[in-house]
Amino acid sequence: MNTQFWLIQAFNGISYGALLFLVGSGLSLIFGVMRIVNLAHGSYFLLGGYVALSVIWTTGSWVLAIPVAALAIGVIGLLMERIFLRPLGFDPLRQVLLTVGFAFLFQQAALDIWTGNNFDINPPDALTKSIVVGGVYLPLYRVFMICTALVIGVILWLVMEKTRMGAAVRATVDDAQMARGVGIDTSRISMLIFSLGAFLAALGGVIGGAFLGIYPGLDFEMLPIAFAVVIIGGMGSLGGAAIGALLVGLADNFGKALFPEMSYFTLYAPMALILAVKPTGLFGRE
Amino acid sequence: MISTLLRRLGPSLLGSVVAFSLTAPSKAAEELRIGYVAPTTGIFAQVGKDMVDGFQLYLDDVKSDFGGAKVKFIVEDEQAKPDTAVTRAKKLILQDKVHMLVGGLLASSGYALAPVSTADKTVYVVPVSAADDLTQRDLPKYPYMVRTGWSSSQPSHPFGQWACEQGYKKIAAIGADYAFGYEVVGGFQRAFEACGGQIVQKIWPPLGTKDFGPYIPTIRQDADAIFTLMVGPMSLQFPKQLAASGNKKPVIGGGTSYDEFVLPSMGDEVIGHVSALQYSAALENPKNEAFVKKYRAKYGKVPSYYSETNYTTAQMIHEVIKNNKGNFPGQEAFVKQLAALKLDTLRGPVTIDEMRNPVQNIYIKKVEKRKMFGYDKEELWNTVIKTYPNVNQFGQFNKDEFLKTPVYNRDYPPCKYCN
Amino acid sequence: MKSQRIKVLVVVVALAAIAIITPNTNSFVILLTTRALAFSILVMSLDILLGYTGLPSLGQAAYLGVGAYVTAILATRYQFGLGYDFWLVVVLGILFSAALAAIFGLLAIRATGVYFLMITLALGQCVWGLAYRWNSLTGGDNGINLRERPKFGIDLANEVTFFYLVFGFFAVSLLLMYTLVRSPFGRSLAGIRERELRMKILGYNTWLHKYIAFIIAGGFGGLSGVLWAHTAGIVSPENVVLTTSVDALLMAVLGGAGTLVGGVIGAVIVVGLREYLSTLVPWWQYVLGAVYVLTILYLPTGLMGIPERIRQRRALTGNRKDAKKLAPVTS
Repeated sequence: MNTQFWLIQAFNGISYGALLFLVGSGLSLIFGVMRIVNLAHGSYFLLGGYVALSVIWTTGSWVLAIPVAALAIGVIGLLMERIFLRPLGFDPLRQVLLTVGFAFLFQQAALDIWTGNNFDINPPDALTKSIVVGGVYLPLYRVFMICTALVIGVILWLVMEKTRMGAAVRATVDDAQMARGVGIDTSRISMLIFSLGAFLAALGGVIGGAFLGIYPGLDFEMLPIAFAVVIIGGMGSLGGAAIGALLVGLADNFGKALFPEMSYFTLYAPMALILAVKPTGLFGRE
Repeated sequence: MISTLLRRLGPSLLGSVVAFSLTAPSKAAEELRIGYVAPTTGIFAQVGKDMVDGFQLYLDDVKSDFGGAKVKFIVEDEQAKPDTAVTRAKKLILQDKVHMLVGGLLASSGYALAPVSTADKTVYVVPVSAADDLTQRDLPKYPYMVRTGWSSSQPSHPFGQWACEQGYKKIAAIGADYAFGYEVVGGFQRAFEACGGQIVQKIWPPLGTKDFGPYIPTIRQDADAIFTLMVGPMSLQFPKQLAASGNKKPVIGGGTSYDEFVLPSMGDEVIGHVSALQYSAALENPKNEAFVKKYRAKYGKVPSYYSETNYTTAQMIHEVIKNNKGNFPGQEAFVKQLAALKLDTLRGPVTIDEMRNPVQNIYIKKVEKRKMFGYDKEELWNTVIKTYPNVNQFGQFNKDEFLKTPVYNRDYPPCKYCN
Repeated sequence: MKSQRIKVLVVVVALAAIAIITPNTNSFVILLTTRALAFSILVMSLDILLGYTGLPSLGQAAYLGVGAYVTAILATRYQFGLGYDFWLVVVLGILFSAALAAIFGLLAIRATGVYFLMITLALGQCVWGLAYRWNSLTGGDNGINLRERPKFGIDLANEVTFFYLVFGFFAVSLLLMYTLVRSPFGRSLAGIRERELRMKILGYNTWLHKYIAFIIAGGFGGLSGVLWAHTAGIVSPENVVLTTSVDALLMAVLGGAGTLVGGVIGAVIVVGLREYLSTLVPWWQYVLGAVYVLTILYLPTGLMGIPERIRQRRALTGNRKDAKKLAPVTS
């Protein structure tokens, strides 16, 4: 195990973490703002990938697929929040179960629309090459994943920290009642955040589609990992989601390389321990 | 209160009882009911489709008429989960009253379905599931089971010899972490080390891995070649990621790593990769050429071994039923007759050994870009570069000694040269 | 009191009906009913946590897994549990699961509401991770096949006999759980569900109550697992995957949380939809999803809550009618 090994593994872990950031940040915001455990989040991820495929099949453009898929799923998220989640009010159990019911519906619909085959999203040729840095081969697509996550992360941070809307969101996360008292329309914020969460998940799905493939079952495979990110990083915290994603990506990678028999355990055991000590996660706000 | 509840429960209970008794099928005089279990959804959906399509193509060829018997082909989805496979099999046997069970994809499905065939005394024909022990150490437990496909380590035995002949001395192996992976790699290891080679590393990514990032960098630099065993979507992703990591070593692998179900989606990164299996779509004999053309015309793609083995299995079942003038001869008799079959099939001559596993040609094939069978485009094909005839599941090894050793698993054969 | 007696009577009659009708249907239905009954022990255990203590757990399948794997490992590796020692395995399954619940409970019980959901999810995933990757013990992805059912004087390979065995366990579990929830302990749990703060002020050690309930639920989950191992004949990581825990939760809510029997109804409906309807029509999952969504939206108290809602509706309209009569008619 030389330095090259550690470097490559770290790079791979970081790139996987980049993907997880996209999935986890949305989930973290949804949880932070609305206290909803969104078990349909994996479905948003998968549907994003499927819609992207359809766009690519009809227009041949991968570049176009990314925003279209993300926006489409963002709209679905918006509708789901307005029509189904809003009437439930604050009832964590029922919200959880509602999102699961939808997850099943989405799963079946995806099967009917896109069939049960495995698909691959093929990025443009330019991204399939590798660059060589100091003798180490770095696949360009992974670099792309890291860059995308960074860009999205920065945009989100800027919005949250520097805009009025962002301040409203942060206020709602910290104390929804007070926020309402100050005149912030928390229900509109909720709707926006849920939609944003779905948007980000779908973005993850499109980008991950070249990397993981798109197939039935991916939705429920991604779900626990997304939760691991949120829980470890902290619910409602973007910075926490970034750190959580990084940690999970690295732990997953190194765990599989070094301790294959325990690889999932090394992921979920810390998650459980963190929750036991700090129920809101490492950087969670409560 | 009671009335409300009874009003709710009563009719549904009554209704269900009526419905259940009505759905029990009546036994038609000359209907042959074949229950088929394959993953039609989930991560292996494409493979499952090939399995069903292959069988269906044969049925279409003979217009579902097996020597006078009308074939009713009932397909159930196992989702590549052994749990589900068992439930579906039970449904086929208990509800649909099928004459025989066919199918199952993964080794785990085979190991799960075989006991069902014994418990319910129903013929189980295995076209795909290659778990070694089904027809080796566990054979006595499954008197109703006959395999028409292959055993996982069957192609690996001659392949190991071939590897020695190429001059490889040290090989690093990376295979899917489950029974099938262990057996293909294990068979190769036994054969390769028996003629002087050394397996210096065994890496096991979990089944379904898409991101090989953690594994590729750990491959030993001093190996002469890499042996890979990939299944399903893993076959697609691994060579891509291996190539992107800058690999220059020759790559060889188990048959499923480059099988035609995934080959058309692969890129130039797999040209030159060599594998071993009892079938290649590029087999240049008239029967196969006709099959490939027919399959392609109907389904729009080149047949994979999954398609071929099911086509051939249907053909074998047909032979037995034909010999019985269109009647199903009963469970035990069917098993005996199927096991005694000698047939010239697409993949070459096939007989079944005394442990109910096929004896057949094993083809060493190399991925090449060429035009074949009159198609005008250059495509990737598994060109056959060497044929080992009459290979049974024990290969060049003595059957009794073979059976005394444990089944190939994660730690057997032990990795003597691993460090 | 009278309505309670009537409820009990209805349940007894329904159970008797199941016991009598099922063996006369075809084998596949017997198989499905046996499965539903075995699984409903898990659902009822979850109901104790959810419906009676107010703790929604997303990791209950872990206990089914422990019970099932213990049974399978003992049967295949040590040839243990296939004769009269089957009863010993039942005890072991319960003990191991209860022990796991004791450990997990220490981590989980402090949390409530959503956080409880999350931590039980995480703990359930830990068990899944081990089942999936600890190949040498659990057989990993392949799972463990139980080749035969135990024989102790009766032949459990016979589907009908086995059905009666599982039914027996189910009935006993239901009875035990019913006694538990009607006991003072059970009533304290309900009090905790309603207003934990008040219970604390009244001097109850609420943490201990919840912890014990958690362990009891875990124990019953283990029993469910032991039976499941022999019902399905195969134990695999699928049994402890997240969706299994979610299934149990949904069945409990669908039937009606806090009713125990609701869990059975939920289990029968879901198993029926999943295994039976799926063989008849391809769009069964839409039905399943729709059932969940509609129940959550319009029937929060589940199916067992329907009579209550009808009664409330009637009472409301009744009041309005009376009010109309009493109120003076002004122009």
